[in-house]
Amino acid sequence: MQNRIDQTFERLRALGQSAFIAYIGAGDPNLAATEALALALEEAGVDILELGVPFSDPVADGIVNQLAAQRGLESGTTLRGVLDCVRKIREKSQLPIVLYTYMNPVYGFGFARFLQEAESAGVDGVLLLDLPPDEDHGEFDVPSNVRRIRLIAPTTPPERIAQLTARAEGFVYYVSREGVTGERAALADTMGVGVAAIRATTNLPIAVGFGISSPEQAREVAAQADGVVVGSAIVKRIAEFGGLADMPRRVAEFVRPMAEATKGK
Amino acid sequence: MFVPETLMTALNELTAEYEKARQDPAFQAELDDLFAHFVGRPSPLYLAERLTEALGGAKIYLKREDLNHTGAHKINNALGQALITRRLGKKRVIAETGAGQHGVATATVAARFGLECVIYMGSVDMERQALNVARMRFLGATVVPVPVGQATLKEAVNEAMRDWVTNVRTTHYILGTAYGAHPFPMMVRDFQRVIGVEARRQILEAEGRLPDLLIACVGGGSNAIGLFHPFLDDTNVRMVGIEAGGEGIIPGRHAARFQGGKLGVLQGTKTFLLADENGQIQLTHSISAGLDYAAVGPEHAYLRDLGRAQYDFATDDEALAAFHLLSKTEGIIPALESSHAVAHAIKVAPQMGKDEIIIVNLSGRGDKDVAQVADWSLK
Repeated sequence: MQNRIDQTFERLRALGQSAFIAYIGAGDPNLAATEALALALEEAGVDILELGVPFSDPVADGIVNQLAAQRGLESGTTLRGVLDCVRKIREKSQLPIVLYTYMNPVYGFGFARFLQEAESAGVDGVLLLDLPPDEDHGEFDVPSNVRRIRLIAPTTPPERIAQLTARAEGFVYYVSREGVTGERAALADTMGVGVAAIRATTNLPIAVGFGISSPEQAREVAAQADGVVVGSAIVKRIAEFGGLADMPRRVAEFVRPMAEATKGK
Repeated sequence: MFVPETLMTALNELTAEYEKARQDPAFQAELDDLFAHFVGRPSPLYLAERLTEALGGAKIYLKREDLNHTGAHKINNALGQALITRRLGKKRVIAETGAGQHGVATATVAARFGLECVIYMGSVDMERQALNVARMRFLGATVVPVPVGQATLKEAVNEAMRDWVTNVRTTHYILGTAYGAHPFPMMVRDFQRVIGVEARRQILEAEGRLPDLLIACVGGGSNAIGLFHPFLDDTNVRMVGIEAGGEGIIPGRHAARFQGGKLGVLQGTKTFLLADENGQIQLTHSISAGLDYAAVGPEHAYLRDLGRAQYDFATDDEALAAFHLLSKTEGIIPALESSHAVAHAIKVAPQMGKDEIIIVNLSGRGDKDVAQVADWSLK
């Protein structure tokens, strides 16, 4: 059964465009703001929204996203709260939503129940940062229409790329460089090679993330990949404008040129 | 291996290289030689006569890991992993440290093998273990303070993992305890097994029989698993791991994972840990930086499930009392971590017969804790 992620990539592929995927930390500065922000980002041209579930120990994240998780926890954000927030967004929008989460908040919630409730809330995909496919069996192997997004890293050897894409759903998330999330001045020069290696093994769309922060970089990545993920650069603006009533509008204005850059405008 | 994809290749390479090293007699021979001449092994198994007399029960032996070069059991694992680092062709090592003993051990082996070395340490721990910070710096390591969160061991591990993700092609992460993603819990245990192998031989020489009880403190649990593992098939030998009870079993005020913890996933491992109802890792507290950690090594969770080992705790006050009693009765100042194990011996020895035998793993010496204990005594 197709879901919103599949439909979005199909529509963009027909237009010869790439998806702009925005990452924000849920509950930063609070869940009401997250809801408003989701709608503002959709209006600014975001094709897929990645919502980070705050966790106390986010080992794959750089300092910008760590602080966002901390603010999310301070505002009382729980996994249940994030699912309720998605439900509210769904009343007004069909923007595809991916939950980006570490295992422990999900583990305590119950893995099967998580996937079930995520689907009924209107979540389209999950990216479980610290659940590589190697561990994704037994208690974690639960059928669901929620797409399991898989990460591929520049260090992933070719034979493993094929194993990972064989288990991927929705789209493949290519981490364009070694390191944690965060803005970088320059894109990794090996990005094209990495994308091509993945392309050779799958027809799934390929999104590239980690380190992208400007329209120029977004355009460069969109030329090679089916999706461009921007996170820390947006999260930084949320932190900066967090206290202002028009924070969603200001963040959306920052995002708009990057989203347009992925559409060849 | 519950880690982001970025680390999977490094872990797979490490697993493959470690398997090769295990099969290589030259690897074990070199490690044994370093144990003998660099560490000073075997460490003595010492009959604590005056402590035994003071408690009036079971005979207490101390496995003297505090007499190792650098003052704790941590050097056993650090040396093993330094040899692995060389086999991997990597020139840079990183490590986390809580009490500073693993940081000192890693800085020591880095100096010995000419490796660049960066140690991550919570800023709270840097303050309470200032002596070890100075030692690491003299040994040529860069000590990076981690000021976020609770600024103790858990945050130091997070930061070390972030460094490793970023520099994975050039760097080996010398994880200090029997924790983290595979192969670390197994590899660290194997390097620490020397404690139990020696203790088993030494007690047979001294007493002609095996002990009735083994006691070791458990943070991540490397000294405990090192002592316990060679005795697992000796079904008459009981074993107890002692966690940090802090100020008592109140959420946020202790680090006794088996007393209020549950299964979860943290820093690469599925194990028992302290988390709230939303899966957020809870704050911990212990007087000893080395035990002040929210998760326990997975093999301890396994041994507890099997019923092969039991787990109990000692509070800050009990550990301090043990610190003083051992110092005054035996002339041995123990690390605050090891004092937790001694505290349990103080509790149980009087209830045991005089013909029974306890081995307590004295995992480290207390020089690093002298200033902290002096401050505490003034409170």
